[in-house]
Amino acid sequence: MYGWLWRRLPGGTVTRVYTAVVAVLAVGALLWYVVFPWFEPKIQFDHGTVDDGGTSTTAPPTPGAKHR
Amino acid sequence: MRTLIRSLGELCITAGAVLLLFVAYELWGTGAYTQAQQRKLDSELNRTWAAPRPRTPSGAVTAERVRLGHGLALIRIPRLGKGFHYVIIEGVSVADLRKGPGHYPGTAMPGGIGNFVVSGHRTTYLAPFNHIDELQPGDKILIDTQARQYVYQVTGKKVVSPSDVSVAAPVPEHPSKDPTQRLITLTTCNPKYSAAQRLIVFGRMVGSIPRVNGASS
Repeated sequence: MYGWLWRRLPGGTVTRVYTAVVAVLAVGALLWYVVFPWFEPKIQFDHGTVDDGGTSTTAPPTPGAKHR
Repeated sequence: MRTLIRSLGELCITAGAVLLLFVAYELWGTGAYTQAQQRKLDSELNRTWAAPRPRTPSGAVTAERVRLGHGLALIRIPRLGKGFHYVIIEGVSVADLRKGPGHYPGTAMPGGIGNFVVSGHRTTYLAPFNHIDELQPGDKILIDTQARQYVYQVTGKKVVSPSDVSVAAPVPEHPSKDPTQRLITLTTCNPKYSAAQRLIVFGRMVGSIPRVNGASS
């Protein structure tokens, strides 16, 4: 896969290395700034709240209000 | 066939690299988000506090004046270092807690009779409550509002199940009792990097002093 991509890159070795590095950085930035911030809240493992599953949300006060 | 296996291997290595990058994001990237949000909320709070204060008895914070997702008070815990300074947000939704420690809507306000319950991340998102397991009875928790600084003292710690909402009751662990004391409860997850349990720190208010506007005494 990467071998095939490498062969498709234009120019000599130096240009190819340069293009490849830029492409890797671009993919990394896309993951870091777009994909991960969107994905992270969906799998969040760190829950600090006490929560009874939402059964007491009608009773005031509502410390157990479901938070997601 | 050989090409297929090679491609599969390459995909696996790529997936591993992406996963590593994601772990790095969890540990450091999420903190950058919280840092930016905290800075924003801090200046927003300072602006609000500098504005002339509506005439309420003793300048107490009231729920009506704090909107969900906005700053409510400042928390400082000297035991956890000089830099331990966070804006407490009103609300405990996932989005709220990404910005910093959150106050359970409906529980007491700072300095109020009842239980002022604050939840925060133990890990990721700047991990505000990372070290609250190190708090000892007698340690001070300082809560700054517009008019006053409330001084709470740690009274105890406990590990409970995630569904134990009684720790957030006006009288912790006695949900049917009427509150007479001014209490604080901090909740976070336990052990670190897990959601299996909750670590709870209890405290009681021992005093309050007027807060000079602008100066964070």
